[in-house]
Order: sequence, then structure tokens, then C-alpha cells
Amino acid sequence: MPERWPRFLRAAAIVAIALALAILPFVVGTQGNAWVRIIDFALLYVMLALGLNIVVGYAGLLDLGYIAFYAVGAYLYALLASPHLTDNFEFIQTLFPDGLHHSIWLILPLGAGLAALFGIALGAPTLRLRGDYLAIVTLGFGEIVRIFLNNLNAPLNVTNGPQGIGNIEPIRLGGINLGRTQTWSGFEIPSVYLYYYLFLAIAIAIIVLTVRLQDSRLGRAWMAIREDELAAQSMGINTRDVKLLAFALGASFGGVAGALFAAFQGFVSPESFNLMESVVIVSMVVLGGMGHVPGVILGALLLAGLPEALRHVAGPIQQGLFGHELIAPEALRMLLFGTAMVVVMLYRPQGLWPAPSTGRRMHGVPPGGQAPRSPR
Amino acid sequence: MHLDILLQQILNGLVLGSVYALVALGYTMVYGILQLINFAHGDVLMVGAMVGVTVVGLLASSGLPGPAVLVIALLAAIPVCILLALTIERIAYRPLRNAPRLAPLITAIGLSIVIQTLAMIVWKPNPIVFPDLLPTDPIPIAGALLAPKQLLILIVAGVLMAGLLLLVNRTKLGRSMRATAEHPQIAQLMGVDANRVIAVTFAIGAALAATAGILIALNYNIVQFSMGFIPGLKAFTAAVLGGIGNLGGAVLGGLLLGVIESLAAGYIGDLTGGFLGSHYQDIFAFLVLIVVLIFRPSGLLGERVADRA
Amino acid sequence: MSATVPFGPRAESRQPAALLTLASVSKRFGGLQALSGVSLSIERGHVHGLIGPNGAGKTTLFNLITGLYAPDEGRFELDGASYLPAAAHQIAQAGIARTFQNIRLFGAMTALENVMVGRHVRTGCGAWAAMLRTPSQRREEAAIRVQARRLLDEVGLERLADVPARTLSYGDQRRLEIARALATEPRLLALDEPAAGMNATEKRALRELLLRIQSGGVTLLLIEHDVKLVMDVCNRVSVLDHGRLIAEGEPHAIRRDPMVIEAYLGAGHA
Repeated sequence: MPERWPRFLRAAAIVAIALALAILPFVVGTQGNAWVRIIDFALLYVMLALGLNIVVGYAGLLDLGYIAFYAVGAYLYALLASPHLTDNFEFIQTLFPDGLHHSIWLILPLGAGLAALFGIALGAPTLRLRGDYLAIVTLGFGEIVRIFLNNLNAPLNVTNGPQGIGNIEPIRLGGINLGRTQTWSGFEIPSVYLYYYLFLAIAIAIIVLTVRLQDSRLGRAWMAIREDELAAQSMGINTRDVKLLAFALGASFGGVAGALFAAFQGFVSPESFNLMESVVIVSMVVLGGMGHVPGVILGALLLAGLPEALRHVAGPIQQGLFGHELIAPEALRMLLFGTAMVVVMLYRPQGLWPAPSTGRRMHGVPPGGQAPRSPR
Repeated sequence: MHLDILLQQILNGLVLGSVYALVALGYTMVYGILQLINFAHGDVLMVGAMVGVTVVGLLASSGLPGPAVLVIALLAAIPVCILLALTIERIAYRPLRNAPRLAPLITAIGLSIVIQTLAMIVWKPNPIVFPDLLPTDPIPIAGALLAPKQLLILIVAGVLMAGLLLLVNRTKLGRSMRATAEHPQIAQLMGVDANRVIAVTFAIGAALAATAGILIALNYNIVQFSMGFIPGLKAFTAAVLGGIGNLGGAVLGGLLLGVIESLAAGYIGDLTGGFLGSHYQDIFAFLVLIVVLIFRPSGLLGERVADRA
Repeated sequence: MSATVPFGPRAESRQPAALLTLASVSKRFGGLQALSGVSLSIERGHVHGLIGPNGAGKTTLFNLITGLYAPDEGRFELDGASYLPAAAHQIAQAGIARTFQNIRLFGAMTALENVMVGRHVRTGCGAWAAMLRTPSQRREEAAIRVQARRLLDEVGLERLADVPARTLSYGDQRRLEIARALATEPRLLALDEPAAGMNATEKRALRELLLRIQSGGVTLLLIEHDVKLVMDVCNRVSVLDHGRLIAEGEPHAIRRDPMVIEAYLGAGHA
């Protein structure tokens, strides 16, 4: 919110935005539930992008395996809220004769915690690695997690391998089953709308937490490490612990998003957690504006929403131009994605909406150089 | 009983490893000059294989003998891959020579996605069979069996590696390359055209990758638009294992990684009491990479530890 | 943290006159013996100069003192207690802060934020406190901001508080680096060529600043090539040449010392 605006205007803007967000699903829903579903997924991506932003944007650590934390949260929820474990392991069946059901209030913190542990496990060996090596190692980590998820179905069937885990229970919040359409004084509210409000609330919470972290002693320590790790150490920052915190906190947001995803989709499988997904999330952060929360949110919404919009538009356009579909929508999405990454890095590397003081950072203005001082 | 398998696994590993070495050389050369991981290198390999399979398909009814078809496929794939690599360098790397390291990595990833997607569109997503162009009767060697195509891989890879080492150590071009790798500014002052050296480096790497792609296609009889990723990653691991920037290291790392992987895949069932099967084979490369980077980041033959970790 | 003086040492009660002592320090890089048998002692409250021709080993010694390199041999004592081996961040905690020859600021962060980072080592709120915005965290943040502004004020950069550090002029960047180092409340402030690239006016301002810092109770160690500045501010000077200590004493005596003259100008000028 621009700080120059008088308080009245800012309050009014916030109220307007809040109202818009509150009725959004109803407006969009007139075009069909599928569009609300898209928004729900976009919100999950916002959470993921903000989590990764802590690692990449604040601390400057390029993580190409972030999707692993999403997977951890998702599979944790899947295992604790579906018949899979009771079906496959006798002793669990006897321990929980009514099946495994768990409250979201238990699983979200558990998911966050487990993901944080994985984050530390990933971070610990990479602490002294330089940029591109760090990227490759984190990429490897993401792949390792996916391979394990894909293969841990024998001799003990933990993850059910490539088939994934289904029949995951929807979230129950205060007695309301989010997986069913609810009727409220005559209004019918579909499940996707209910999830929308839950995801929106959690996304807002994550935004608040992220901004608080950014403007704190820890946030400054992250940025100091990003700018010059040696100088940060000389100023007394324990870079090892601070980096591990970045990994852990970033991962925990991913874990939370993952648990929500599992409940929402009702089904998880290893192919949802591949390298391309990690790349997509990195792109959201980098293309949106690394380290700048509004930019990251914009990047997430754009890159989550555009491909879907494309899907509806590309087919008819190609029909009109060529008489048949030349390029499948999925392929088109990837093409545009890859091209966007190249183009943005070449021509606007600071992202679409960078932090105000970042300006031309990526193209290295030398110290004491020709750049003009900003007005006070 | 296990020793019988041992020699076989080692042989298989050497075959695999020599392919890794070919690709690792490309990574290590580019890193030596630009301090940059050429993320799109694996895709050059893939394009080489795809061009190869297309040529082979076109010549299927021509009546030409298998080996001749193979040679023609190679001769077709190499220029295409060189062109591709030069384009990648021009678009993704050259404009960002002075940018922070993050930038060319991201453009490389983006280009990699574009190349793979285009390949998927052109050649369709489904795997394509690459026929056996050589006789298939295995050759017995000291109790193990070597297929003729495996022998070919060893020979071709060996010749190319020797040729490259000769080029780098005995020719003027090679001297320019080594000079640019060590001290780019001084080399320029001595009259070496950095852009030309870089272009040549990419071209050589691409030629090796194209060859590796076709050899992989021949070895596994299959190609697909996504086939470049894993070999690329493993070759990169090999380059790091051997000492990034060091040509001999790339060869050593490649061979070593191939053997390690082959042995591990063969014995992992026994080692873990049946808990882990050979589908976990791909993890080994990652684990090797992580272990090397933590404990010996300069690799086996590398000397420059300073800015590595 | 003393309330009136924005920068100052943490613990006042130690008695020995020497704040920092080095004994028989040696460091070798491959085939090059960068330092051999260097011993020196910096008295509390002094401004101590470290001079010598280029390549004498001054920055190497600096890096050893501040923990960026590990010595091959030698003893390092701060207030009578050996403080090595230690990681760089632990040394900052112990009370040694530094600036860099090539200026290493956090470019994308504002001048104020750079100094606020300097407060990290003397403050303690972590992730939970930040996310929950506890009252003590809010108090600490406010205090950090106030202290940082005061330090910017001391070095004359208060008008540029919200400017990204990388856009500052060279002289301003040097002053900012000093402010940031002071924020860590050091007992010893080690400055690596603070006057490099400055014009006469800036050097005068720097001289004033250094003397002010000294009067605030901070001990200073200075690598410097500017003879006039060294004469003006230093209480004592050590001279290095080819990795050895060749002279030590009051600035004026050093200036006339034949060994020193020979080191700088070559034999035949003594």
C-alpha cells in the first residue's frame, strides 16, 4: 500500500479489496466451477511461491527442488487421512479400527514441521555451495524424493508407488465438511468455494508472516547473506544457522500447502511433484520479482492462471488459423513458459514487479557509479 | 557366483561411463571458460539422438548396411547440434556474461524447456525405436559378454576423447582454449578472440554430445524427447567428480561414475536385503554429486578449490 | 549498550593495557610466506596504524585477526584471552569489527538497513518473535532503528538513510561501512584503508570521525597509506615489510626510521 496515501484512502482500499475477494468465487463461478477451481490452485501456488521466496528471494539460495516439501506435506496428509495405511498394515488397522482421520489443526502443524525437517536435511549439506552447484544439488534432492515416493511400494507399501494414494478425506472445519456442497439459508455453496475461503485465509496468513519476517532482524540477516555472505559473517551473522532457518521456514510453508492440496484433490501421486513443478515455482518468484512479496504474488497468479486461460483460448485460435490444432495446450504452456523465462531474464531480470530500491540491480551498477541518488 | 557378475557389471559400467565422459567433457569445457553450468547440454544430446533416429528411419529402406547408416546419422546429427549449441550460447549466455550467476542459469533452464517441448511437438511425445544397426551376437571376453554395439561405443568414445586431448594440448586452438580458461583478459591481450574460442568450445561439446546421444540411442534402442535430462545430470556429476574444468577429470569421472552406477545397480538388492531395487539406480548419481560437493568439492583431479564451495 | 554514546565497547572492566596482542604469527600461502613471526600489541583506546609497502602482508594480518584466514602459527589474544580458532561471526561477537579494502556493503539494502544489520550481533529476536510480532520484538526493532539512525548521524549520512547502498558515492560508502561496523559495538575496530580514494576534504572529515570514535572508547586498528592521516591520528604505528615487522613506535619516530625508509623507497635512500 503506498505510504503516501492518507489513512482514510488506505482503509477504503483495503475494504474494497476485502469485499472483492469475498465475492470473487461467486462472480467467477458464473462461468462454471472449473474457474473457481483454478483460483483455488492459484492460491496454493501463491503459498508455494511465498515459501520459496524466503529461500530464493530473501536469502538468495537457488532451490530447484522445492516441490519436495509440497510432496512431504501432501503425502503426510494422504497417509494420515485416507484408508491407505489401514488397508496395507495390519498393526495400524488394529490401532485405529475406525480408520485414520485427523483434524486439519493437527495435520497442518505436523506437515509444516515435517517439511521443515526435510528443509534442514536439504540445507545442511549445501551450506557452503555456490549458486549453480546449490541449484543442481537441490534439484537432485527433489528428484530423490520423487523417486522414493515412486518406489516405496515394496517390500513395504508406504507410498503406493506410481498409483498414488486416493480416497483422501476432505477437510472438516468446525463441523463443516469442505468436500460437500453446503447449504446456507437457501444459498448453495459448492465445495470449491469453501476451499477458496480456507485457502484465502491461509494465504493471507502466510503473506502476513512473510512480510513480518522480511522486516525483521532475521529478514535483514537473510538479505545480508544474499548480498555478501562474507561481509554478513564479519558482521556477526551465523550464516549457517540463518541459512538453515531459511530452508526450514520456506519448506514449512510448502508443507502446509501440500497438506491442503492433498485434501483438496483427494488424491496424490508422485507425478504431481516433478522437476517441472519446482521450475514453475522458481519462475513465479523470479519472474514476479524476487524478494518482493507483491511481485511474487503477481508472478504466482499470472503463471498459475495464464496457462489455464490459454487452454480455453488456444484451441479455438489454432482451429481458426490452421484448421486444426497444431500444438497441444500443454505444450503451448511449456513453450510460453520457457520463452518467458528467457525473455524476462534478458530484458527485465529484476522481474515484473521488483522491490522499489532494486531497480537495475541485476545488471550490476558499480559502487559509487553513475546511478543517480533516489530522492529522499 | 557374484564374481561372474562383477566383470560383466564393470564392462557395462565402462560402456556407460564412456558415454558419460563424452558429455562430461562438454560440461567441463564450458565451465572451464565461462564458470557456468550449461544446463541445456543434455538437450543437445537429445536432439542429436532424435536427428539420428530420423535419419535412420529415412534410410531404413535404402538397403545401406547398418554401420554406414550409423555414420550418416552421426554426420547429420553433429552439424545440427553444433548449430543448436551455438544458438543457445548466443541467446542465453552471451548477453548475460556480466550478470549475476543466477541469470544464465534461468535462461538455460528456460531454453531447455523450449527445446524439449519443440522436440516433443516435432517428434511426438511417444518413445521411438532406434534399431540395432550392428550385428547383435555378443563377443565373449574373459567370462563376460560384450555386445558389438557396446564395443563400438568404447572405441568411438575412446577415439573422440583422445582426439580432444590432442586438440587441446597440441594445437594452437587448444592453446587458445586453455589460455582463455585460465586468464580470459590476458588471453585477449595476447590476441585470442574470446568469442571465437567460446563458440568453438560449445561446438566441440555439441559434437561430443550428439555422438553420445546417438550412442545412447543405439545402446538402449529407444529415444524420446525427455531423454536428455538424466544423462545430462549424470554427466554433470561425472564432471564434478573428476574435477570440474579438468578434461582428464571429466573422462575419469565419467568412467568411474558409470562403473559405480553399474555395480550399485547390480548389487543393491543384495546390499539392502531386498529393500531397495534397481529402480533407485538414478539416485546414485545424485548421491555421488552431493558427497563429492561436501567432502571434496574440487573433485578427484581438480586443483582450484578457492571459489568452489 | 551505553545510552549516550552511540558506539562503544561492551565490557569496560578489563584491566590489561593491551587490548589485542599477537605473538609470533605466521601464515603461508602455497609457496609464499605471507607473514613470519609477527608480534604486536595494540593498547586499549589507541589508534594503532599498520603500514608498509604493497604486498607487505597487512591485509593478510587483518584477515587473520578478523578470522577470515586461519594462522599457521601464532597466538591471538583479546583482553588477555586467546580467541582463535574462531569463525568470523564469533569474532564479531567477541568484539572485533572490520571494514574492507574493496568495500563490502549490502548493495541492494538501504544505508539504514546496512547499519541495522550491524546491530544483529547485539540483539536476539528470532523467527518466532518476528512472525508473532511480540511486544519485546517490536521494542527491539524500534531500538535497532533508533541506534542505526544515530550511527548514520555520527558519520554524516542521515540524509541518505533510505538510499540503496550501491548508489552512494564512494566516500559515503566508506563512511557507511564504518557506521555498520560500529553498530556491532566493537572493542576493536579494524579499518582497511579507510581513506583510499578520498579527497582532502573527505580525509579531514574522516580524521575527525576516527578521533571521535576513539574518544567514545573504541580501539582502532588502521591499515593506511596516507602518511598525513597516519601521523595525525595514530598513537602508535607498526611497519610490515615482506611479512615481517620491521619497526614499531610513535608515528614521528617511525617516519625517520631508516629501515622503514629503505622498505618504502629502496636501499640508498636512508
